[in-house]
Amino acid sequence: MSMRRTRKRLLSAVAVVMVAGLVSAGCGSRVGASGPGSSSGSSCVDTSGNSIKIGFLNSLSGTMAISEKTVHDSLMLAAEQINSSGGVLGKQLQVVSEDGASEPTTFAEKAGKLISSDCVAAVFGGWTSASRKAMLPVFEGANSLLFYPVQYEGLEASPNIFYTGATTNQQIIPALDYLKQKGVKSLFLVGSDYVFPRTANKEIKAYANANGIEIKGEEYAPLGYTDFSTIVNKVKAAGAGAVFNTLNGDSNVAFFKEYRNAGLSPATMPVVSVSIAEEEIGGIGLDNVVGQLTAWNYYQTIDSPKNAAFVQAFKAKYGQRRVTSDPMEAAYASLFLWKAMAEKAKSFKTDDIRKAADGVSYDAPEGTVTVNGENHHIAKTALIGKVGPDALIHAEWSSGAPIQPDPFLRTYNWARGLTG
Amino acid sequence: MQALYSQLVAGISLGSILLLAALGLALTFGQMGVINMAHGEFIMAGSYTAFVIQKVIADAGISLLLAIPLGFLVGGLMGVLLEATLIRRMYHRPLDTLLVTWGVSLILQQAARDIFGAPNVDVRAPSWLSGGIDVGITHVPAARLFILMLAAAAVAGLSLVLKTMPLGRRIRGVVQNRDLAETVGISTRNTDRLTFFIGSGLAGIAGVALTLLGSTGPTLGTSYIVDAFLVVVVGGIGQIKGAVIAAFGLGLLQATFEYSTTASIAKVMVFVVIVVFLQIRPQGIFSVRTRSLA
Repeated sequence: MSMRRTRKRLLSAVAVVMVAGLVSAGCGSRVGASGPGSSSGSSCVDTSGNSIKIGFLNSLSGTMAISEKTVHDSLMLAAEQINSSGGVLGKQLQVVSEDGASEPTTFAEKAGKLISSDCVAAVFGGWTSASRKAMLPVFEGANSLLFYPVQYEGLEASPNIFYTGATTNQQIIPALDYLKQKGVKSLFLVGSDYVFPRTANKEIKAYANANGIEIKGEEYAPLGYTDFSTIVNKVKAAGAGAVFNTLNGDSNVAFFKEYRNAGLSPATMPVVSVSIAEEEIGGIGLDNVVGQLTAWNYYQTIDSPKNAAFVQAFKAKYGQRRVTSDPMEAAYASLFLWKAMAEKAKSFKTDDIRKAADGVSYDAPEGTVTVNGENHHIAKTALIGKVGPDALIHAEWSSGAPIQPDPFLRTYNWARGLTG
Repeated sequence: MQALYSQLVAGISLGSILLLAALGLALTFGQMGVINMAHGEFIMAGSYTAFVIQKVIADAGISLLLAIPLGFLVGGLMGVLLEATLIRRMYHRPLDTLLVTWGVSLILQQAARDIFGAPNVDVRAPSWLSGGIDVGITHVPAARLFILMLAAAAVAGLSLVLKTMPLGRRIRGVVQNRDLAETVGISTRNTDRLTFFIGSGLAGIAGVALTLLGSTGPTLGTSYIVDAFLVVVVGGIGQIKGAVIAAFGLGLLQATFEYSTTASIAKVMVFVVIVVFLQIRPQGIFSVRTRSLA
């Protein structure tokens, strides 16, 4: 074999390498997969015995496992606590756990399995918007229930999903209100290049436009991007009052390290993040984020007996070094909300629960949350927090009262034309 | 003007990172023709070495300086192990090597997850590397300057070994004509193993350096493997100086495009430039001329 031929073979092999690399990089972000055709609207849920089955569907493997495992842990804690206090409508919860494997199609498949072969009364889980969108037709087709515990980009209200995380008007808009109140006159938007940051930034720009805040720049980095020197240079040159960060995953680490290396700090230009919770601080490095701001509805440091009990129970079950975060708390609350709905309806049937849902409230670790029967979101209090030297987040500002969910931003004049 | 300088710094710095990630590959892929998909995981192993050493020695400065040789050792030993158990059986079968080493890379990622946990870990930067230095009118982050110097030292060290030392002469001999090298009494087995040790060790050093800039987690290596292959292919197989020029060229291109467009578009544009370049010069910037018939 001549040297030239060897080289050609090597080059074609390299092409294979790259394709393989791109394919594996793309795995986590597949969107728009649709579920298997769901067969019937009639449910097979067995309510005759003294136990009732529910499904937990989280990614226990793959790239999202790092986040979703924590949600699974807090769901298990909630189920255990409900069972030890007598169950729901006198029935013990029997949990069926499935692994979504960080793959939207798997979520749809496993959701179908939980509904039609395990016959669960409700499913709790999902994290990425892609996984939720993939499961939606499955739950609507089978007329079953999904409780989704993560903040998301809004613009959705399925009759078969309850959204227990924040929608945009309970997280992003309060963060903007806070910045405006602090006298911030200009913003720089940095986000990962996919649907959530782009949708969120559209809303931020409309808000800024209506409130006299100047947008100095808008930059997107591909998911998993590792070199932020150019983006940070742009941020530095623009000299905005604050940075609004919708980066997701590992990119946050590279971004915050670069931010600090470039000589920027919370004192000169604070960064408000919507995807960094207590879990993530350790991986980013406390030195790199201390003093930066976050927007959520729950922090481990919330000072209430209910939260103290939650944190203590969680640590007792999973270890003292574990922390609790917003999505974990929203998942924990979702199980208790479902319990309250079922008890109000005196039934496990989807239609009965849906009818009973409006106004059901639960005294959650984050404070009292109330279900909105019309859009299936819940009223939550918004909290702007600051990362403290103890690697926990401390609330700096609160919306005071729970904010009514408005996933389509219908009550905001400036948002007209955004949501159609 | 300010922007020009700061982008120049960004581009050179990106180039030095690409170079560090690709230098080991320039040796194993470039010189030996082995497509090692697990090269990225050797980088990851270097990062975790820095993390473990920092657990033992709390001082971030001392532990970083100690992590560089130890990262080299850890990466190198993993490389030798891989070479001795698997790759050795697959010389001249590039596609098989590709698949097998990809499997190894997945296994190593999962191993890291099992040992260190799925969440990222934090490696603190020493205080003398956080912040930066003002050079004239622009600001150079100290960590990036450190990586640039480390990359320069690695290239200088590698060139020194290849040009002046007996081992280097043997490596070059085997690359240029394996059969003839064997006939004159060079043990190609030992040479292959040593080449792999140095190449993988350099990946370990890259891993240590990258803890200063990015996340340390099980998937760290996958972020760099494609870029590292690009650098070697563009630079030309079999030449270290090609990798150096390609790394800085690609770094500067990315920084320039990214400043005038966006990060995603810049990546696409760099890919397009590479494809066009390889159409014109499929052998890369430099290539080894050889009389070998094999």
